Amino acid sequence: MDKRTIGVEVSIAIAEAVAQADVDLIAAYPITPQTHIVEHLSELVAEGRLDAEFVPVESEHSAMSVCCGSSAVGARTFTSTSSQGLALMAEIFFIAPSMRLPIVMALANRSLSAPLSIWNDHSDVMMVRDAGWIHIFTENGQDSYDNIFCSFRIAEDPAVMLPVAVNVDGFILTHMIEPIKYVSDKLVKKYLPEFQMKDALHPDSPLSMGCFAMPEIYTETQKAREEAVLGSYDVVVRAWKEWGELTGRNYSPVETYRTNDADICYVTMGSLSENAMMAVDALRNKGEKVGLIKIRLWRPFPFNDFFSAVNGKAGLIVIDRAMSFGGPGGPLALELRSALYGKQSAPQIVNFIAGFAGRDVTRDDFMSIMIEAKTRFAKDDTSGYVFYGVRE
Amino acid sequence: MNTIPIYAPLLLDKKEYLTSGHRACQGCAEALAVRLVMKALGRDTIVAMATGCMEIISSSLPTTAWQVPWIHVAFENAPAVITGCESGMKAMMRKKKIREKKINFVSMGGDGATADIGMGQLSGAMERGHNCIYICYDNEAYMNTGIQRSSSTPYGATTTTTPAGHDTIGQMTNKKNMPKIAVAHEIPYVATACPSYPFDLIRKLKKASEINGPAYIHIMSVCPTGWRIDPDEAIKYGRLIVESCVFPLYEVENGEYYINYIPEKIPVKEYLKGQGRFRHLKESDIGRIQERVDKEYSSLLKIAKTGDSSECK
Ligand SMILES: Cc1ncc(C[n+]2csc(CCOP(=O)(O)OP(=O)(O)O)c2C)c(N)n1
Ligand code: SF4
Repeated sequence: MDKRTIGVEVSIAIAEAVAQADVDLIAAYPITPQTHIVEHLSELVAEGRLDAEFVPVESEHSAMSVCCGSSAVGARTFTSTSSQGLALMAEIFFIAPSMRLPIVMALANRSLSAPLSIWNDHSDVMMVRDAGWIHIFTENGQDSYDNIFCSFRIAEDPAVMLPVAVNVDGFILTHMIEPIKYVSDKLVKKYLPEFQMKDALHPDSPLSMGCFAMPEIYTETQKAREEAVLGSYDVVVRAWKEWGELTGRNYSPVETYRTNDADICYVTMGSLSENAMMAVDALRNKGEKVGLIKIRLWRPFPFNDFFSAVNGKAGLIVIDRAMSFGGPGGPLALELRSALYGKQSAPQIVNFIAGFAGRDVTRDDFMSIMIEAKTRFAKDDTSGYVFYGVRE
Repeated sequence: MNTIPIYAPLLLDKKEYLTSGHRACQGCAEALAVRLVMKALGRDTIVAMATGCMEIISSSLPTTAWQVPWIHVAFENAPAVITGCESGMKAMMRKKKIREKKINFVSMGGDGATADIGMGQLSGAMERGHNCIYICYDNEAYMNTGIQRSSSTPYGATTTTTPAGHDTIGQMTNKKNMPKIAVAHEIPYVATACPSYPFDLIRKLKKASEINGPAYIHIMSVCPTGWRIDPDEAIKYGRLIVESCVFPLYEVENGEYYINYIPEKIPVKEYLKGQGRFRHLKESDIGRIQERVDKEYSSLLKIAKTGDSSECK
């Protein structure tokens, strides 16, 4: 293993990973905060360090369309977007998994308009939650870099053949300079074999893709889609396990921090987890039995890992960085509540909507959230949600 | 040279790449156009198709009428999808991941897919210079969703969203000139064709496949259903639209216009009459249409040289 550790902007590290993965095609359309990823890839191609087609398209809708064509002929394919770009490509974003195209995308999470905001939250990814992509959330630069390799490995597994989105918090991660341990090309070759697509478009073995379906067959196609997403779970876990064996860096669908004897746990996704860990440490120093549960794999949702993580806990404080307007709260809390519904001695859940559009959720915020959550638990007032830190 | 058309059928590929059994309406000239296009291009072709009549009729799961690799993703993005296929394969061939082979990369769509919703993506694909052919099957409306107007619907035609009524004559604007828009991209090859002139159409497709860089072919594809004519009249109306100079056959090579066929120029009325979509037109409306056709055709003649016309007889 190459032990090179370099201080580098996370976007650049992501682009370097894409290049090391030897992609064949990159479709690129700029949008903040993912721009540096495709810009750096264009430099790598221009300098001859990466032999790939760089297609500078005229919109994100075209970016995903180009990716579909490229992936359908069996080329290793990458793109990256954010927010409005994702909204524009949404139509094709839903089509890619239904055609079982193993595209990898870095999704630099950003809030949606209006008002226009370029900063981070999870509104964009939640909009396409139900498309059938595999969704991984990263917490820091290192795991953003690592998970590019894991994502190609997962996407292209013959048992999976689905697109994977690596969700990276915009700015908070994409624009940070962090110490990153690069892996060697040799390690990548070992981990990520050359992609050979079984059912690629080629004149020597014609096939039709993306057909029209009458009512008597559409339902069956959707059942197959669901089975593919659910079935990818084992491959995801295996891909992470092997990565851990090669690099010593381990990832799992649900990760825990100081939860063993905890009564109350925060539940977070993405970069919030690091601040939450600091809050857990501070509270533990005061003798409070608290911990943190991080959801890394969002789709397929790791129900069993989640159940074991929350086993025996009294309460969960779920922090959402997105909102289902006019609905029951944030999408994460909504899903966790529904997962636990009817389970014996399930923990209570309070839901906080926090960190919209780049607003910091600091260690101290986590600590005040704990105080407020505790009063709610005590009053048995756990329905609904709290819009945290709103100035009124 | 005049005898060539007699031999031309003998030289044609006997194989069908869009096979029978598809679900097009009887007498659909758009399906005929696709079939002829595929005969011209042959087996080493990958097709990306836009949503529309031709996709729906040819790909109903679990069947397919396609004998070549074929992909449909959405309504507006066939040109982007095919550029993905072309570029992805180019990279894989260069990197020796797959064998070198000459493949025709072709995207196709109706006039709605081309002139309206997908025009930005078509423009992007042409501007980036991919080695791909784009084919517009122009039946002058959105037929797949039930005969709504497109920007390629001609002035005076009644459609379900521009119905002729007491206060309107139907479509109130003139047909968008898509071939001209393609020419403005300074691509190496643009042509118009019509399946009523099959050998001209085939020659143009073969030429497009030999050209390096983007090619755009605009094919007038009569739709008996939408034009309100009998199913056995599609070929006849394809001839009338060319003979009346409403839809001239020409090609544009590196910006140079060549007209392929100079017809006797029958009155536009001969073409309009009998079509249900123009049934309501008054003499004065027809006069206005004739005027515009005269103007457009004479300006085409002014800039065009006489090109290869051997196969338009
Ligand atoms: C984004 C989107 N909007 C609308 C539609 C509905 N739609 C499907 S085909 C079609 C019209 C196709 O017309 P055209 O391209 O002229 O082809 P034709 O069916 O006439 O051959 C429309 C509006 C769609 N599939 N996708
Ligand atoms: S509606 Fe028109 S274009 Fe569509 S299949 Fe029928 S005849 Fe052909």
